[in-house]
Amino acid sequence: MSSFRLSKGGRIDRARPLDFTFDRKPMQGFVGDTLASALLANGRQLVGRSFKYHRPRGILTAGAAEPNALVTIGEGGRTEANTRATLVELYSGLKAKSQNRWPSVHFDLGAVNSLLSPFLGAGFYYKTFMWPAAFWEKVYEPIIRKAAGLGRATYEPDPDSYEKCWAHCELLVIGAGPAGLAAALTAGRAGARVILADEGFEPGGSLLTETAAIGEKAAADLLGETLAELASLPNVRIFSRTTVFGWYDGNVFGAVESVQKNTATIDPNRPVERLWRLAARHAILASGAEERPLVFGGNDLPGVMMAGAMRSYLNRQAIAPGKSTVIFTNDESGYRTATDLEAAGLEVAAIADSRAGAPSSWAGRAPVFPGALIQDAKGGKALTGVTMIKGGTPEAIEADALAMSGGWSPIIHLACHRGARPVWSDAKAAFLAPETQDGLTIAGSAAGVGALEACLADGAEKAGSVLRNLGFSNASPAFAPAPDTATVTKPLWYVRGAKAKAFVDHQNDVHLKDLGLAVSEGYGHVELTKRYTTNGMATDQGKLSNINAIGILAEARKVSPADVGTTTFRPFYTPLSFGALAGSSKGKHFQPVRKSPLHDWARKNGAVFVETGLWYRSSWFPKPGETTWRESVDREVLNVRKNAGICDVSTLGKIEIFGKDAAEFLNRVYCNAFLKLPVGKARYGLMLREDGMIYDDGTTSRLSDNHFFMTTTTAYAAGVMNHLEFCAQALWPELDVQFASSTDQWAQIAVAGPKSRTILQTLVDEDISDAAFPFLGARQVSLFGGKLTGRLFRISFSGELAYELAVPAGYGEAVADAIMQAGGPHGICPYGVEALGVMRIEKGHVTHSEINGTVTPADLGFAKMVSMAKPDFIGRAMLSRDGMVAQDRLSLVGVKPLDPVTTFRTGSHILSEAAAPSLENDQGYVTSSCYSPNLGSTIGLALVKHGPKRHGEQVTVWNDLKNEYTKAVLCSPVFFDPENEKLHG
Amino acid sequence: MASLIACPHCGPRPKEEFTVKGDAAIARPAADAGEDAWYAYVYLRDNPRGRHKEYWHHTSGCRRWLVVERDTLTHVVYSVSDASTQGGTA
Repeated sequence: MSSFRLSKGGRIDRARPLDFTFDRKPMQGFVGDTLASALLANGRQLVGRSFKYHRPRGILTAGAAEPNALVTIGEGGRTEANTRATLVELYSGLKAKSQNRWPSVHFDLGAVNSLLSPFLGAGFYYKTFMWPAAFWEKVYEPIIRKAAGLGRATYEPDPDSYEKCWAHCELLVIGAGPAGLAAALTAGRAGARVILADEGFEPGGSLLTETAAIGEKAAADLLGETLAELASLPNVRIFSRTTVFGWYDGNVFGAVESVQKNTATIDPNRPVERLWRLAARHAILASGAEERPLVFGGNDLPGVMMAGAMRSYLNRQAIAPGKSTVIFTNDESGYRTATDLEAAGLEVAAIADSRAGAPSSWAGRAPVFPGALIQDAKGGKALTGVTMIKGGTPEAIEADALAMSGGWSPIIHLACHRGARPVWSDAKAAFLAPETQDGLTIAGSAAGVGALEACLADGAEKAGSVLRNLGFSNASPAFAPAPDTATVTKPLWYVRGAKAKAFVDHQNDVHLKDLGLAVSEGYGHVELTKRYTTNGMATDQGKLSNINAIGILAEARKVSPADVGTTTFRPFYTPLSFGALAGSSKGKHFQPVRKSPLHDWARKNGAVFVETGLWYRSSWFPKPGETTWRESVDREVLNVRKNAGICDVSTLGKIEIFGKDAAEFLNRVYCNAFLKLPVGKARYGLMLREDGMIYDDGTTSRLSDNHFFMTTTTAYAAGVMNHLEFCAQALWPELDVQFASSTDQWAQIAVAGPKSRTILQTLVDEDISDAAFPFLGARQVSLFGGKLTGRLFRISFSGELAYELAVPAGYGEAVADAIMQAGGPHGICPYGVEALGVMRIEKGHVTHSEINGTVTPADLGFAKMVSMAKPDFIGRAMLSRDGMVAQDRLSLVGVKPLDPVTTFRTGSHILSEAAAPSLENDQGYVTSSCYSPNLGSTIGLALVKHGPKRHGEQVTVWNDLKNEYTKAVLCSPVFFDPENEKLHG
Repeated sequence: MASLIACPHCGPRPKEEFTVKGDAAIARPAADAGEDAWYAYVYLRDNPRGRHKEYWHHTSGCRRWLVVERDTLTHVVYSVSDASTQGGTA
């Protein structure tokens, strides 16, 4: 219990207390607290255990870079692991838990790892767990995975909703600190559309946390005035709680807005997070700078804190870090913290300034020790004191808090997301990104500017210049120029001679010696060091540790940080929830469900549905007493062939084609002739790819001279439409032809079987006798005495006398009901795609099981259809190449078992009768198979070398997966009614 | 995550609305152009680092095929035009 809340001061509302729990213990904070500040107010500095050594850890920062204070928030499906307590806005009812400890954060058995640390140095995975290799997967990895890691994800579904949005602006300002506010105000006054985004719940950045005055004005007053003016400008939108996490092509920025992460009572009608894509003509990156930790022994003890963070907690939330604080700094920041602590009546025990020439302007009470270093911090679960080295002499100082500042590193992640590399600046002692890139300008301390007034001036000046370039000629900076009075000192990368571990990467437990080991073992390249030591690979991605690691590598390799360089910055800047990325695409909204207009008709007739792509198609229609799908399918097939059946074929792709060149166009996209297709006729068409292989098939009917109606297979409906548009727009723009997809506009019903004409004639007003409406007829028809207009096609996939009737989708169910009613006396039954499949295999009709991207028209017996007399069509040029006409190409045959009680499966390979299975002996494979109730046997279609010449040959059908060998015979692919007598009946 | 394509018919739209087909620098040969020309058209593709012309389809927009000239390295889009103005057939 060393940190505590002061009785006055801060931006918290003491009249509005908030109750929360940490590790089930009830605690209280105030509106204006973060979880981190509320924990500190309750004296909780020990908040977690470290990743590898399970060392006690406290709150180190007050922002996004926090490596230690990772907690699990929420319960059940709302469990969120590895949440940074420093960014969590406190709310009433918040439930937080510490992580990576067992049984408790105070007594953690995993801390035994600290004793094993001599064996757990850099690269220890590679060294220790090399042998035996088989142990890795089964023994080592599970143990390591259990021991390491941070919070645990929940297995329960997230009950909340998320959404994705776009927003557009002339100027996007990233970061609402001094530079960002100045830029937004400049742009807002000029009339530009401005979006100002900030990750905090309160805009202001360092204006919230510094006690400095700007001119005559206190930082807090300046902030209040600026925010009030911005709020009055209708062209300025302020996005609080919004982290801009990435910079993408087209100057689009990704951002995530927390909408309801600050409440325990979630409104289910609003998202908890919103993923924004912000399209900006220009952006100003005003993301600020990160204070660097100092690397000395025990610099991870609870009670050690960044100097700027300590100031932030003190000034914003009235948190006293302890009773007595030691400052360790090589920068002005330490003095600002000391000033504010003393102003709050707190004791500063000592200021150890690593610079020999420490500034003499210090007017506070605390003693300053120029050229002094803190070598070790001491304590168990909390800081109790430090060892200061002054002139080579160690001196013990008692303290329960330590503020450290190693200087500042500009936060340049976003500026480097599109390929720009950071460059080391000796003048700024920092890595800087290019100040101006196409669409992005860096301002304020992100650009290496130090002093607060200078940041205001820089943001204003750069926004003015950007806006004038965008055509806002009236844009003038909202703040006057100011010199940068901040001084830059040589960084102190680490303190020599520390007795305890000196941590560089707190989150991944990488300490100074690990980096030395990496260099001495040949892993000194920055990218290799990262992977060998895991420095910078934790969820904070090295926000605090990377620059120190680079400096330490540079010293070890005796080069400049410029020669070491940085690892690559990639999105996301901070971790992003999967929920935000998924947005509304979850559950039933993950992908659309397509239901045929006859879906409800099929359901009420008992259909079992099957998913085919997005569609639900009726598979079969079981009757009471039928216990297997085969029973239903066999019955449906036999009934269609004997009486009649009705089947939903609405899922076929349907395309209306118009234009005076429509016939010429079809002649070019189909390999067979279409130019002279008469009005009122349908024709089976084969569409090839440019390489000569079949792409898709279907029927196309000519409804009038310049109007055709094309059907495609269900699977290729969208692809064929795209293909037709490509041909018409990119290849032959001179042709007059237009397309409209009408797949969803028509309910299409197949009526098949010897009694189909009799049944349909009761609905159709026109004469549909064989003479009046022969095979391949296609025409508009009137139904129910003129009540409805539809389209009738005499086409057949089953091989029976058959029709397809298309009616406007909304009438589908009523028409199907009418057909069922009219067909009742004739024994009509509904049938599904399984029965359809059996009947088409019986007839040797192909589908995409055969049209599998490797077959030419000739391979499937369509050689005569191809009209080589046409001057050009898609695929024509390649059809005559040697390989495409080779004699031993796999070609379509039928196959059936010698003994009808035996069977085989689709996908099985064909071997010559006595041949052993081998690649050389492979003759082809079964593409489709089914049980044919008409033949009383399994039948199949197969692609076999020299197939059509081998009818009657005995073969072996072999399936190695099931160890099946079936004696079979090759035959014609038409198993049923080879003379097509039924079709023309 | 995001990028924009300026459709000449619809204005700047997110790339998720588009489908890319590939090289638009090649023209479909005449039917009698011979096997070599056809072989090149069907099978040979450059894979340039830098400027490249590609066919993009505004599938979820105006459904026009476009020719997008862009940089394969930086993703900068230099120009977008309707494919019908390109002369796709040699």
